[in-house]
Amino acid sequence: MKTTLRALGFGAFGLMMASTSAMATECIAPANPGGGWDFTCRQVARIMQEIGAIDAPMVVTNMAGAGGGVAYSHVVTERNEDPDLIVAASSATTTRLAQNAFAGATADQVRFLGAIGGDPGVIVVAKDSPLKNLQDMVDAIKADPGSVAFAGGSAVGGFDHMKPLQIMKAAGFDDITKIKYIGVDGGADAITQTVGGFTQAMTGDMSEIVGFIKSGDVRPLAILTEERVPGFEDIPTAREQGFDVVAVNWRGLYVPKGISDDQYNAWAAKLQQVAESDQWKQVMTENGLAPFIKVGGDFQGWVDGVIAETVTLSKEIGVIQ
Amino acid sequence: MDIISNLAMGFSIALSPWTLMLAIIGCFVGTIIGALPGLGPSNGVALLIPISFSMGLDAISALVLLTSVYYGAMYGGRISSILLNIPGDEPAMMTCLDGYPMAKRGFASDALVISGVASFVGAFLATIGLMLLAPLLARVAFQFGPAEYFALYMLAFCTLGGIGSNNQAKAALAAALGLAIAMVGMDKTTGMPRFTFGELHLMDGVDFLVAIVGLFAVAEVFHFIETHGRDSAIGVKLGKITVNWAKMWSTRWAMLRGSGIGFLAGILPGAGASLGSFLAYMTEKSVSRDKATFGTGNPRGVAAPEAGNNAAAGGALIPMLTLGVPGSGTTAVLLALLLTLNITPGPLLFTERPEVVWGLIAALLIANVVLLLMNVPMVKVFVHILSVPSWILLPGVTMVAFVGIFSLTGSSFDMLLMVGFGVMGWVFRKLDIPTVPVILGILLGNSMEDNLRRAMVLSDGDWTYLFSSPISIGLWLAALLGFVAPIFLRAVLKKPALPATDDMSSD
Repeated sequence: MKTTLRALGFGAFGLMMASTSAMATECIAPANPGGGWDFTCRQVARIMQEIGAIDAPMVVTNMAGAGGGVAYSHVVTERNEDPDLIVAASSATTTRLAQNAFAGATADQVRFLGAIGGDPGVIVVAKDSPLKNLQDMVDAIKADPGSVAFAGGSAVGGFDHMKPLQIMKAAGFDDITKIKYIGVDGGADAITQTVGGFTQAMTGDMSEIVGFIKSGDVRPLAILTEERVPGFEDIPTAREQGFDVVAVNWRGLYVPKGISDDQYNAWAAKLQQVAESDQWKQVMTENGLAPFIKVGGDFQGWVDGVIAETVTLSKEIGVIQ
Repeated sequence: MDIISNLAMGFSIALSPWTLMLAIIGCFVGTIIGALPGLGPSNGVALLIPISFSMGLDAISALVLLTSVYYGAMYGGRISSILLNIPGDEPAMMTCLDGYPMAKRGFASDALVISGVASFVGAFLATIGLMLLAPLLARVAFQFGPAEYFALYMLAFCTLGGIGSNNQAKAALAAALGLAIAMVGMDKTTGMPRFTFGELHLMDGVDFLVAIVGLFAVAEVFHFIETHGRDSAIGVKLGKITVNWAKMWSTRWAMLRGSGIGFLAGILPGAGASLGSFLAYMTEKSVSRDKATFGTGNPRGVAAPEAGNNAAAGGALIPMLTLGVPGSGTTAVLLALLLTLNITPGPLLFTERPEVVWGLIAALLIANVVLLLMNVPMVKVFVHILSVPSWILLPGVTMVAFVGIFSLTGSSFDMLLMVGFGVMGWVFRKLDIPTVPVILGILLGNSMEDNLRRAMVLSDGDWTYLFSSPISIGLWLAALLGFVAPIFLRAVLKKPALPATDDMSSD
């Protein structure tokens, strides 16, 4: 009776302590589990603890919505001075910031911490698709823009959406608003829709499709890197097929704007440790990531440049005015 | 043969005194988490992931512990539904509809035992299904595109009519309100905010847990204050605490049907446990001859949704393990756990890491048996909660609700919102408008809209695309039938059905 109630009370109290403990560090993955941001958080959390960069396990929180916008506005409005928080970011984050797609939020409302790897962009089709290479796809779209619909894990105008647009642009096709794209809840979902035949191609990142390439459910048409990626040498680049498009989704983190420089530098040092660890190198090989390490102030400067570039590009392909 | 030797391997990995102890702890903690309003299986598992790592558990032990918490919370959700009319988590919402009236009439222990056994049956059958059919059923997800998902959600909304009250117009009004609330927040398709009125807290949309706890728990408190405790949740009679096996046996088909439906809903990544328990309940109601007693304490109205939501929890593991697509909030968290352990679910998981898959299956079976053994004797303990004076119990529940909601987002705005929903729930109660459709609208509204818009993009705005596959046509027909049939059936069946069945549910 009363003891039961007391037990319930203690249970609740314990949970409250567990969930709001001030000492625990937290990594927010701004998407559902299974995608690239989730991957970044999970691996960084695991490796930081394994190499002793943090004492207690890092909490990973999934906060999906609006291609990362929900998490972004959460950090800006509610966690601006939280020194124990890191947030997974990638090219998708900066693309959407550049396009003013986070409801007025701007890139200078957080501090970019660093990138520790790059996830090559890929275009894949189902194994029974008539499209055998990138040229087939381009020809099909030129003949009938509606005949190839793309599924990707980002919202309309996001990084995944941009990849096929850039390829078509490179192929000299300017009517890019005719190209069909649906944004679903992450790469795994996009593959399901493509294998199911609801969309004809999937645009995403290498790490999202590795399992499905190995199982033979999908066929990669192109990888959007400068050179072929070690471990996946049989996937041709877009460039060698005659379409000069490189889209590598960097994997990195940002932190709240309101933390001190010391706190920022402490996180940067920890991230550098992760980048240099054997564990991370192994993770990169296993998941088809290419090395791409920029941490701290350098990274912030590089991000600013990329955003400026993306604004230009987005205007050119008509995603923003 | 393969399956048996694989299963033996799974048990050899997952069954040891140490893991058994973890399973018992996990089941107990899970049951409590599930029973607390606002804290559901996803929060429970999410909170325990870091704890399991700080305990230095290996992969299999961590899996056993967390699947026990997962299943425990699925079991626990029904307890507060039945005893207090406050669902512990969203799939347990449907259990309130008949579980609470049963408790009110003095059959609390019957309702608890029946729902406990139904949970076991549902979860057990789903685990067997997972074992036998996973690679095969993984293909089912490939059959569901935007049009099919949209039709599935339509089916759910079209069958809403008879819920809670028998007034279809009121149910439709409530569902429309739920859909409207679901529109608030960032639009997923374009990344633009809608109906947020510049309020950043509304950017995230309205969390359905906030709505559930507000509409059920907080509204109950208002009602309690208004009536000075008469005729409120706490008016539950403490009946004799014995188990009526005959009554339970009479629900066997409800459990089996509920399990089947729940399992199918679980397999579809876009559907999940709430839809599973909802469809299980509505199906049970439509196939039974004593429709009128549903909502007044029919044991089958308890058995079906409980079997349904637990079977859906098992079914949801299939797309998670074979495709890496989580079918529900909780499987999303379990998926996260596997990724943290450096196990990437996908089409090759069953062949490349059989020890993980079969270890997990063995862990599920262990958790299930532990929960059944733990829950039936514990019914007595749970029922005694009701003997706590209401002026202690209700504020206690309210406090837990506030803590649970605060732990979700850490924002006081959500707590105010919850109180707002409480007022809404109280008003709706006065007007005899059911609240379940509101929550269903909030829960499914976004996915329904997203899928409709995806379908429109793929078809260039051609509406016939929505009816272009056999699966979607089948779902639309079922939806149409579910909407129209009650209107005519009620007129036809009214006279003979009622008197003949009245006594069986009140024995």
